[in-house]
Amino acid sequence: MARYATSFGGETYRFDDLKTVLACASARRSGDELAGLAAQSDAQRVAARAVLADLPLTTFLNEALIPYEADEVTRLILDSHDNEAFAPVSHLTVGGLRDWLLGYEADTAALRAVAPGLTPEMVAAVSKLMRNQDLIAVARKCEVVTAFRNTLGLPGRLATRLQPNHPTDDLRGIAASTLDGLLYGTGDAVIGINPATDNVPNCLALLEMLDGLRQRYEIPTQTCVLTHVTNVIEVMNRGGAVDLVFQSIAGSEAANAGFGVNLGILQEAQAAALALGRGSLGQNLMYFETGQGAALSAEAHFGIDQQTIEARAYAVARAFKPLLVNTVVGFIGPEYLYDGKQIIRAGLEDHFCGKLLGVPMGCDVCYTNHAEADQDDMDTLMTLLTAAGVTFVITVPGADDIMLNYQSLSYHDLLYLRATFGVRPAPEFEIWLEKMDMVDRNGRMRMAGPQNKMLQRLINAAAA
Amino acid sequence: MPLPPEPDPWSQLRATTRARIGLGRVGDAMPIKDVLEFQLAHAKARDAVHTKLATAALKINIQGEVIEVRSAAQSREIYLRRPDLGRQLHSDCEALLTPGDYDAVFVIADGLSATAVSLNAVPMLKAVLSRLHDFKIAPVVIATQARVAIGDDIGERLGAKLCVMLIGERPGLSVAESLGIYLTYHPKRGTRDSARNCISNIHGKGGLSYEVAADTLAWLMRESLRRKLTGVDLKEEALLAPPESMEALGTR
Repeated sequence: MARYATSFGGETYRFDDLKTVLACASARRSGDELAGLAAQSDAQRVAARAVLADLPLTTFLNEALIPYEADEVTRLILDSHDNEAFAPVSHLTVGGLRDWLLGYEADTAALRAVAPGLTPEMVAAVSKLMRNQDLIAVARKCEVVTAFRNTLGLPGRLATRLQPNHPTDDLRGIAASTLDGLLYGTGDAVIGINPATDNVPNCLALLEMLDGLRQRYEIPTQTCVLTHVTNVIEVMNRGGAVDLVFQSIAGSEAANAGFGVNLGILQEAQAAALALGRGSLGQNLMYFETGQGAALSAEAHFGIDQQTIEARAYAVARAFKPLLVNTVVGFIGPEYLYDGKQIIRAGLEDHFCGKLLGVPMGCDVCYTNHAEADQDDMDTLMTLLTAAGVTFVITVPGADDIMLNYQSLSYHDLLYLRATFGVRPAPEFEIWLEKMDMVDRNGRMRMAGPQNKMLQRLINAAAA
Repeated sequence: MPLPPEPDPWSQLRATTRARIGLGRVGDAMPIKDVLEFQLAHAKARDAVHTKLATAALKINIQGEVIEVRSAAQSREIYLRRPDLGRQLHSDCEALLTPGDYDAVFVIADGLSATAVSLNAVPMLKAVLSRLHDFKIAPVVIATQARVAIGDDIGERLGAKLCVMLIGERPGLSVAESLGIYLTYHPKRGTRDSARNCISNIHGKGGLSYEVAADTLAWLMRESLRRKLTGVDLKEEALLAPPESMEALGTR
């Protein structure tokens, strides 16, 4: 019965099917244990990796993890597979792909060319054979450039989402947190609010405030209220200033149904936003969030391990040419990623898989208070992700999101990353910071002391 | 003569938000005062998650008949890793719950913040009971290592028409002691979360007050008995934004 078996150190290991091999090959994490999918022992885990290493990549084209007829995400993945792009690696095994990716010939151009030929299952599989340094080394070679009012994803750049959430959506409170973030030079990826009250009138009010602020200071960035896609369609119907369409997505049709979305509704929202013609430099205007554990939490994982089904969400994202995608890696909770070690590994996997598939991948480097993690773990993950060339990270005042009750990165953390790695904001945003006299002659953000005229002016405006 | 201290330009804005704005910098980093304040807040949040619920003190303060039960999660670590076990009543506790003719049972559960329960559960309970003199109320049940759905099993075994779960919410840095209430009509195992009503964010740091929450809860309980349901069809506008539902709706 078992089609997948290997002999290892005198013992034979058998695996019933492809998804069992994938699940057992995954690095240990609480979500796969909760789902009853994890390897029973460390030795079995390595054996599964040995089986995986010898599997031809074409296996994933011939054997769907969720049946084609039953799942529109599977159909999207297989129907959009580009055989020509796949050709350079089509003869390889999963282990062979790992070696190919690490080789010198797999440069930025080669990786860009092969992306449409790779499926999320291939990418998830190869990631399970890669150490953290491999995930960093290969992701660093990938380049995914997108544009709306500025250009994101260029080499040597690190963008940020400025996330000024407020527990009652107080407009002045949100303006205050936004101003604070701008003074650290954050917000080039997006200034994006998670609304506390998710209804259309409230979203309209928040968007008007953000758009007013952006226009008043001529900030070359985009704004977003992260409301449900059906709300944003209604907001656009009522003339709201919608730059980006946001939605949480997952890797199966059923899990997306749990979020109340499908591919059709996403297409409808995208078309409506494109018709507004608000992007000055480009038309990438979708913004997606994902995260390991989302499908299991919706009881829509189909016995697939959480890292593999997470990668399938990137195939959904890729179909919409998004401006931004980020995993909310530590947000979903310790029943999926228990501690700092698991969160760090998952953050690197998600970034690698997204980039290899051609998605502009960012990360909410974060944790909740019931996870075994703290700010030291976030320091490690943001440092590793910046080394890996992450497109953007999320920043909040003092790393404390007072609305969603979890910890992300602080505005200060961005300054550390810029200083340590020499990474810079999006070029248009960088010019704006200089024009606003917010950068000193060493290229550092000015310290906004009490006597700073710019600060006084902005504060008076925000408090008005 | 020393110069007067410079006025803090952020003071005006701090009145608009609890966010950690205007922290200042040393080089690129946070000043040590802010680092330590953050660490203290995180430590308190973690303590709220990991502190064992002081059930003896709770029982004294409740001043009535109390039944103590626990979930199938044997330790805090298992509780955090296995939400399914936190929803199951431990088999040893089944015999403690004998059926009666009850309109409602109140279940006090540690959830993710024993601190929230120790501070807020008893005053919240008293505030709502004072509005329910005509109700037949079951003995209060205290449940440890418990999640919301354990109330379904408890309510079903007691034969209560309503289960009111008072439970510690996931702590944040600014508030580690927020209590949530989940109301379920005709509780039975397997009830979906969409069939409950939730009142969240009950605490003394600018959250919902006991009196306001008790008014809402008493109204929901009477409406629920009258209309024989709870959940999305029983809406009390503007109060139905439980934090846990945000993830489910895909807007976090």
